[in-house]
Amino acid sequence: MTTAVEIAAAVRAGERTAREVLDEHLAAIDAREPELHAFNLVTADEARATADAVDAARAAGHDLGPLAGVPVALKDNLCTRGVPTTCSSRILDGWRPPYDATVVERLAAAGAVVVGKTNLDEFAMGSSTENSAFGPTRNPHDPSRVPGGSSGGSAAAVAAGFAPLSLGSDTGGSIRQPAALCGVVGVKPTYGTVSRYGLVAFASSLDQIGPFATTVEDAALLLEVIGGHDPLDSTSIPQPVGDLRGQLGRGVEGLRVGVVRELTGEGIAPDVARRVREAADALAAAGAHVTESSVPAAVYGLSAYYLIAPAEASSNLARYDGVRYGLRVDAGNTPDMNEATRTEGFGDEVKRRIMLGTYALSAGYYDAYYGKAQRVRTLIIRDFAAAYEDVDVLLSPTSPTTAFAFGDKTADPLTMYLNDVCTIPSNLAGDPAVSVPFGTGDDGLPVGVQVMAPALQEGTMLRVAAALEASR
Amino acid sequence: MPDPISRDDVAHVADLARLRLTDDELDHFTEQLAAVLDHARDVEGLDVADVPPTAHPYELTNVLRPDEVRPTLDRDEVLAEAPAAEAGQFRVPPVLGEAP
Repeated sequence: MTTAVEIAAAVRAGERTAREVLDEHLAAIDAREPELHAFNLVTADEARATADAVDAARAAGHDLGPLAGVPVALKDNLCTRGVPTTCSSRILDGWRPPYDATVVERLAAAGAVVVGKTNLDEFAMGSSTENSAFGPTRNPHDPSRVPGGSSGGSAAAVAAGFAPLSLGSDTGGSIRQPAALCGVVGVKPTYGTVSRYGLVAFASSLDQIGPFATTVEDAALLLEVIGGHDPLDSTSIPQPVGDLRGQLGRGVEGLRVGVVRELTGEGIAPDVARRVREAADALAAAGAHVTESSVPAAVYGLSAYYLIAPAEASSNLARYDGVRYGLRVDAGNTPDMNEATRTEGFGDEVKRRIMLGTYALSAGYYDAYYGKAQRVRTLIIRDFAAAYEDVDVLLSPTSPTTAFAFGDKTADPLTMYLNDVCTIPSNLAGDPAVSVPFGTGDDGLPVGVQVMAPALQEGTMLRVAAALEASR
Repeated sequence: MPDPISRDDVAHVADLARLRLTDDELDHFTEQLAAVLDHARDVEGLDVADVPPTAHPYELTNVLRPDEVRPTLDRDEVLAEAPAAEAGQFRVPPVLGEAP
């Protein structure tokens, strides 16, 4: 498999054309996409036109960007001008956004070639990509297993070699968990480092766009391209992400690494826990000081998240009313039309979360549920800050288990939600975290190790990730 | 913590959220929402009375720009995405009563 860094270098040097690179990836898609269903839409014609434009720019002597000729797949909740954006929901049936997301514009400016829109759990709600209105995505390592979710299509696309890079979105672990289950690198950046303009909102205070890649260096490259301030997103941090790749080779000598006690015990499969211990040992062997750390309030993350995220979702998803875009189910008057449209347009998981959120926000329950959850969020932030006084990064599993079988957890939402126990705390805190593949479980399927860091410390975090990658 | 969520509560929030549920769905969702809310009881023992709430992980200040005329999305292009439009506006069925 060729990396994005290698492709861009070869295209810039004129050793390969963007068109050749694209055609190889389209052939890979043709061969296995019918089995895996990573995409909602493959935009082959548009991709050929983009690749030809990159080749023409090179022929004309123009500077090619850092992703020159690199195929990239986009989660189908990122707006693409004139190209359908579905969020894997029937309620957006036929919608073609009249604008590009900021990350899409930045990819284009960097010379990337968008190959298509990837499948997801409807409106990014789920941990298995089984909630897509268009059918599930399958795990490339074992098609009888889920790819994780909600960015399962983006993770599978990279794992299957359909594109060296893809973008996902992570509200409670939706980049890191599928990265772990599909055996690729997935990064949730610090909240605010990547503009959310043009990302269809799920839970706005938690959502963050981030990269999937086969190597830590490729993920760092993509984050450099998409990150940095955007005046169109008022929560965007007004500073650049800086040179991340330059930090990867620095090693971990002297870095302080804490293994999170609360996220490595009960509920974590023994084979996954064993890989996390091996990862800690590998970092120690590379010169890091490894200790045990405690983030006591992390155990309450799941409860806080499943009140806060649905509350924000119930508000964000109120806009799907059949008036301005997407599906409309006709009825005699507007309120009935709104209700008929939403009832037919949303799937069960989305309805479940809208009702949960509406309840958590309703008069009489607000203080007991939503208000309390927001205070617990403060405790989690404080506990992380306290832990980071003693260590530079924290280590945990990404997902409690390897990829599970289809249907295993769909009957019981709570069981499905428990999948996100290790990833959710970073979303509540707004801190960055990465999942790096680290060996396999007893079933031979990939295991991901999570590295977490304080806000804006992506450089240090990715150094540790690179050290883990190198130790394999 | 409040009492477990009831079937009537679920019917009420569905109505507030403009969702119509069948009797079977009401039973099904009541059971599932009760299980999730029951799990959330693990925060019950935490004393957070003196802990301020966090609505957002990043300290926000208002972002202002000069009040000047700028291009917006093209009206026709936006209306073309709507299920129904007329005379430069979104068209909806009557808000009160039924269509004649």
